[in-house]
Parts: sequence; structure tokens; C-alpha cells
Amino acid sequence: MTVTTASPGIERELSDIVGAANCIVDPGELRTYECDGLTGTRVRPRVVVLPATTEETAAVVRVARRYGLPIVPRGAGTGLSGGALPVAGCIVIGLSRMKRILAIDLENQRMRVQPGVINLDVSRAIAADGYYYAPDPSSQSICSIGGNIAENSGGAHCLKYGFTVNHVVGATIVTAEGEIVELGSAGADPLGYDLMAVLVGSEGLVGIVTEAVVRILRTPEATRTFFATFPSTDEAGACVSGIVAAGIVPAAVEMMDRLAIEAIVKATGVDWPLDVGAALLIDVDGTAAEADHTATRAVEIAQLSGALEVRTPRDARERQLMWKGRKSAFAAVGRISPNYYVQDGVIPRSEIGPVLREIAAAGARAGLRVANVFHAGDGNLHPLVLFDARVEGEEHAAEQVAGEILKICVRHGGSITGEHGVGADKAAYMGEIFNEADLETMNFVRCAFDPAVAFNPGKVFPTPRLCGDRPGTYVAHETEIAGTAGRG
Amino acid sequence: MNEQLRTFDELLSDCVHCGFCLPACPTYKSWGYEADSPRGRIDLMKGLHDGAIEMSDTVVEHFDRCLGCMACVTACPSGVRYDLLIEETRAEVEREHRREPLDAGFRDLVFSLFPRPDRLKLLAPLLYLFRKSGLQKLARDSGAVNLFGKRMAQLDALVPELSLAQLRARLPAFTPARGAKRGSVALVAGCVQRVFFPNVNASTARVLAAEGFDVTVPQGQGCCGALSLHAGRDVEAKAFAAALLDRLWPEDGERFDAIVINAAGCGSTLKEYGQLLRDDPARAARAEAFAASVKDVNEFLAGVEPQAPRSPVPLRVAYHDACHLAHAQGIREAPRALLCSIPGLELLEIPDGDQCCGSAGVYNLLEPDSAAEIGRRKVDNVASVAPQLLASANPGCTLQIRSLLSARGIDLPAAHPIEILDVAIAGRS
Repeated sequence: MTVTTASPGIERELSDIVGAANCIVDPGELRTYECDGLTGTRVRPRVVVLPATTEETAAVVRVARRYGLPIVPRGAGTGLSGGALPVAGCIVIGLSRMKRILAIDLENQRMRVQPGVINLDVSRAIAADGYYYAPDPSSQSICSIGGNIAENSGGAHCLKYGFTVNHVVGATIVTAEGEIVELGSAGADPLGYDLMAVLVGSEGLVGIVTEAVVRILRTPEATRTFFATFPSTDEAGACVSGIVAAGIVPAAVEMMDRLAIEAIVKATGVDWPLDVGAALLIDVDGTAAEADHTATRAVEIAQLSGALEVRTPRDARERQLMWKGRKSAFAAVGRISPNYYVQDGVIPRSEIGPVLREIAAAGARAGLRVANVFHAGDGNLHPLVLFDARVEGEEHAAEQVAGEILKICVRHGGSITGEHGVGADKAAYMGEIFNEADLETMNFVRCAFDPAVAFNPGKVFPTPRLCGDRPGTYVAHETEIAGTAGRG
Repeated sequence: MNEQLRTFDELLSDCVHCGFCLPACPTYKSWGYEADSPRGRIDLMKGLHDGAIEMSDTVVEHFDRCLGCMACVTACPSGVRYDLLIEETRAEVEREHRREPLDAGFRDLVFSLFPRPDRLKLLAPLLYLFRKSGLQKLARDSGAVNLFGKRMAQLDALVPELSLAQLRARLPAFTPARGAKRGSVALVAGCVQRVFFPNVNASTARVLAAEGFDVTVPQGQGCCGALSLHAGRDVEAKAFAAALLDRLWPEDGERFDAIVINAAGCGSTLKEYGQLLRDDPARAARAEAFAASVKDVNEFLAGVEPQAPRSPVPLRVAYHDACHLAHAQGIREAPRALLCSIPGLELLEIPDGDQCCGSAGVYNLLEPDSAAEIGRRKVDNVASVAPQLLASANPGCTLQIRSLLSARGIDLPAAHPIEILDVAIAGRS
């Protein structure tokens, strides 16, 4: 170790709790925690601590509070809204070492896991028994349950099965006071306020989850997948509306536009056609008879909506390849552009066609391309604004377009985030959908758990403020004052 | 900024920090440290490149701890060439970083031994005597091997038992095709393979001949440079590569239908000769042509119609994916197909089979603690499918897995897929 930035007192106390190897103060090592999946802004934390147990986490929080350090919890560091972005002088508490599956109760369809368990590993552990964990963000092979709870993560199959909030029934959390508290219950209808609903999606503001009880489901008897291409996103959008209007609830309906298809083909080698305007990847599931029936109906609707081609995978391997294509889409865009900005917004399903046209126009005005890959079934858009950071001004232009996209979503009756969270990235846009009274009420809830705003300051709320402060003039973040970051 | 630097910069910028590499990385799996993940290491490379951080002991340690298994290259959806990035970074570390004398000395020892089959060959009989004379037992029992540190103890534990017959084995310089001749190939004998696993080379020559190929083993072969290249000793690696190229593919020498190699680590480097020797005007074009004709023996045989009949080998065989075969060369199906062509053989899939075993060239000598932790997971997974035989296409993996299994009291025989095929073709049991 060469230079240390934390004072020796804190370092020693934290090392005593988690061991010196798990208390990180080396400037090089700290650099690797400067951002999560949102890389536009980087802030070096003062110290990073990787606890192994609930008790260690609680002890670390108490030390951090005693020294007055802001606390930023971090899961797998794959979030796209900067939920784990450090603030200057903070301690990052990383949960990457807490990755044990603690108990599996198939009979009652519950599993108790540590927060660092990877989403897909939950399903893998029970797959042979015919069970799975439903929320499946596209990053499910890398994102962790703790992060999923913080962001109320969704995924392709949330159209039918709901978001993380519907699948996490209990949690052990460490509060901002450093206390260990159990929320929720393994039972079906817990008494009292549903604090799980407050915790899930709270983006690290309410507590640090150190254990979670998740609901697991029986794997459907049959899943039918098909892939359909269309001349443009208009026909694809009409197909989605048609399927839902017919009373079918597909397990997943994913849309990709031409640019996204190009990136996926380059990254994964799937043999999708490049000369189409849009493609849908659709799953229907249930009993074999139900899945066959609804798949047939859905294919008919796709053809009536103007599908150019409908493909069904020949076997499980081909089906997996199709889904792999979709799930690696974000990162695959790296093949067609040196940099890109991932946006996340929601619109009513009926607005898909017009909104995509407006987004394309906003991109064109700035001279930038926008790729779209998204959960069409629930209108959760993921526009990817492509740019080259080496070209002067392009990054800024991309941020402008990304911001414009959120405004388009709100104008069409939607929202500024579907599943990636507000984090640091969208705090400034909260005012687009919430008024001051709304924000103040939300702040009361936060302060009931963390009156000193020790947990994840600067996230979610548009202006960093302490409890009791009135919403008022914009207060710049330290990084903004230093000129290293801006909120656009 | 010169061309090389610009290229490195571009390669770095391919990483979008998405994290898809994290669960693929064995060291991240071991410790959960961001700096021991591929994207974390890339972050360190960027930091060094921008001058934001210094090449401290700590930073170098994270590069040293990388196995170079390339599982992240397979996992990366953005196509980041981590293999090239770490290779270049390691070379930079060796150029610019002063290692502690003990560390530097051990590295020099390893590299004065392993890439030199002539010296390894001298070492083998000494080791044989060391063991047979009871000196090894004395050294182990008294703890004397540990006096030289974990690294020496690891070296001692890894080196396999050799029989006198193996020590005397000589690989014929030419083995004629049996039956209808379908072509002629040259065999690269490898260093560790030649000395510690002479049977693998003998089997390779026999199977290729049985399948209708003349097999030439060009004499005077040195190391291919893989071990040096993967440790950042690029000047040494290039010298090895140039010398081997001149032996196997001389200016006006015989041209073979394929250059066949049976060690995964060597194969992946041989295939990179075009890139490695691109700045060598006398060899660049030749290296390109040579690299294009290199085939791993599994790959080569899976690409030709089987000609020799196979007798049954009724065994439960777990196939271990060597990283430099699966991740570096993308060869996964071929060895499985070869094994499945043997009647009666039941092929078992090892859970998390695409994870490294911890051997990784000389990694288990240089980073014994990390290698043991990663190896422990591999051995758990191998044991979980209860095989009767382990098929492994890379000598380093075979040494590592067998040594860890035997430390647990499990005596699992291991063989290269080509040895199993040899048995099936010869009709021996």
C-alpha cells in the first residue's frame, strides 16, 4: 500500500471488523469503485469495505456514522442509473462477498439468500427441482439480488409475473443507526404496514439488505418462443397491442429495432436478418395446451399485423441463443459505437410507434443515432443513444438527447424510469413528474428511516437536503462544483 | 502517440464497464474484489494509461493475479480483447516495474526451466532419483520443502511421478500413415508435454498415423514461447517463436497439410504467431502462413472422417475444458465429439466446466494460494460427477487437477483425449 486517503483511525477500526484485505484504501484499488454501470461520472470513494456478514455490515455502518461518512451501498456494480456512484468522502459498502444461498424451502416456495447472490444463481440452484425465480433483468447473469431489491428490478418476464417487489417477501436490513432489523415475513399476508414495499425500490436510501427471503415459482410446464420481424416499429407496436387486446398475457414481449438487431448479430452471431425495421421476441408459457394455443393465436396476430417472417426455435439451444441475443443487447451495442448512453423510460403501450418516431427525430437533430431494445409488453423503453466520446461535444449532445427522451416519455403519459432506478442519473428529472409536495412527502418517508441522510445521499431526490429542509433552490453536488460532473 | 499505443487505447475503450465478465472471472469469484475482475483490471490499465494512478506493487499484484484464462473474453458481449490487453500490460509491468528480488529470482528460475525442454529433461532423472532415494519423503516430512516457501513446495507437489520407461521414451522422428494416406502433418512436441507426458505425444503420432497421416516430428524444437508471452516476457517469447518457426516452417522447407499440437496453451500461441512476429520483416509473412495451418489435434481429427475402427472403452469420462482450448481457441465440441466416437464411453459434463482449474501456465507456481482456491472449486466439481477417468487436453491442467485430487486422497487417473482414442483404436484396455 502506498498512499492512504482515509485517516488511520477509521481504517484501523474498519479493518478490525472485516479484515485488512477487505478494507480498501489503496488509490489504484479505489479507482475500480469510482462508478457502477453508469460510467459518465466517476467519484473516488474515501474507503471501500466488503463485509461478509450482517453483523459486520452493522458494525461498519456504526463506525462510518461515528466518523460522519456518507454511506453508499453497492451490489454487483452493474446498475445503469448510478445508484452506487460514490459521493466525495464516502464509504462504499460492497456486498460482493455475501453470496451464499442460506436456505431453500421448496414446499413453501421460499429461498433465503445473501444480497450478493447473482440473480440467475437463485434459479440455477433450484432448476433441477422444477422451480425458478421470476424477475429476470437482462443482466441476470451478473446482477445481484441486493441490487435488484434496491432498484425493484424488472425484466422481460415481468409483463406476466411482476417486478422484484412481487417476489421478495422478507429482508434483514441494517439501518442507518447500524441496527439489524427484520422486515416482512415468509407468510402470505403480513400484519402492519407493508414495509417491504417501502424497502424494495428504495435505491439504498432505507437500509442495506443483508439477507432476503424470495418467492420461487414452479417452472411452467411449457414455454413457446417465437421471433417475428416487421418492416418498422409501427407494425411491431401494433402487433404487441393486438396480442394484449386479444386477452393474451405473454410471459415476455421484447422489441428490437434495426440498430439493436445489427449490434446483437455482431456480438452473438445469431442469424437474424439485418434488413428489417424491427423484431419481436415473444414467450408464452403455461400448461402445454395453453402455451400451444396462445402461441398459435399470437403468431396469427403477428402475421395480421404485417410480420415479414415468423421463426420458432428448433430446440432449447436455439431458444436460448435467441434470448442470449436479446439479453446481451445493451453491451452488444459496444460493437457498433464506441460509447452509448442507456436510457430507461416508460410509456403507455399504445404510444410505442409515435414515441419511437419522436425519439429518432430528437437523435437526428443532434446528429446521433438511437438504438432501441425494450420490454414492449409493458411499454418499458430502453433507448441507447450512440456517441463517440472522443468527438468534442458528442457526449454532451448524447446526454441532451437522453434527457429529451425522458421528457418525450412524460409528455406521452409515461415515466422517467421503468426499472433502472433514478439513482444519480435521473434525480434532476424527478421534478418532471413530481411536484414539491410529492417530493417532500417522499422525503418524510426516507427520513423516518434515515433522518441524517447518511445512506446514499445525492440519489433519487433532485436536491440534496437534510430532513426538515424545505425544497428550494438547486444545491450543486460537490462534483458539480469541482467541475467533474453535471446533471445536464 | 505511436501506432501501438493508439491501438492499446482503442482496445481499452471497447470496455463499457457492464460487468458481464464478473461471474466468469475465477479470481473475482474467489474474493469479490473489483480490482481482481476483468473490468476492474481494465480500469487499472486505463488509470495507468491516463496517469491517474501509479504502477504500485498493489496494482501490479492485481495483474499478476489474473490467470489469463480468457473466460472474460468469451463472456464479453462488447468483444473486448482482454487477452491482448493483459498481454501488453504484463509486458509493460516487466519493463517498468521493479519486482522484489525474491519474486524476480523465482520468476527467472521458472523461466530458465520450463520453456527449456533440454533442461527439463535433465531435471526429470534427478527428480526420479530424488523421489526413489527417499530424499523427497525426507524433505517433505521434515518440512524442508517449505523452507523455500510455498512456491517451491508447489513446484514439488506438481511435478508428476515418471516411470523409467517414460524417461527413456523417444518420439520417432517419422511415423508413416497406416492404410490409405490422406496427408502429412508436423507435430509440435511441446516442452512440459515432451518431458512429463511423453505418452501423449506417442499416442498423438499413433492416432494420426492410424487415421492416414504421415507424422513428422521436426527435430531440435524449442519452446513455442507461450509461457513467456503469458507472463509479459515478450522479448523472450518472440525469440522462442522465431526459432520454432524457423524449425517448423523454414524458408524453403517441407510444407505440411497441418501443424498439429496437442497442448492447448501452446496451440493458442502458435495460432498467434502472425501477430507476434508481425514486426519481424524476415518472418512476418511466413508466421502468418504458419499460424493459419496450426491445428489442435482435437480440432484436426474432428475435421476428418474417422477411418480407424474404435473398440469400446466402457468408462465414465469427465472432460475438462482447458481455457486455452475453450476460451482462447473456441474449441469445445471437437474433443467431446472425438470422445463420443468411442463406443461404450460415457461422457460427463463437469459443472461450471468453463472455469479455469488454476493451473494457467505457470500461475500455480507464481500464485500458489490463489491457484489452490480456484483449483479447490474445480476439484469439487470434478468429484461431483464421480468419473472413472479425467480427460484433459492440456498438460498444466492435468498436473494441477491430479495434484489437488491426490492431496485429498482421490486417485483419479487422467489422460489426454488422444490417449483414450489411441487405446480405442489399438483395441487395448
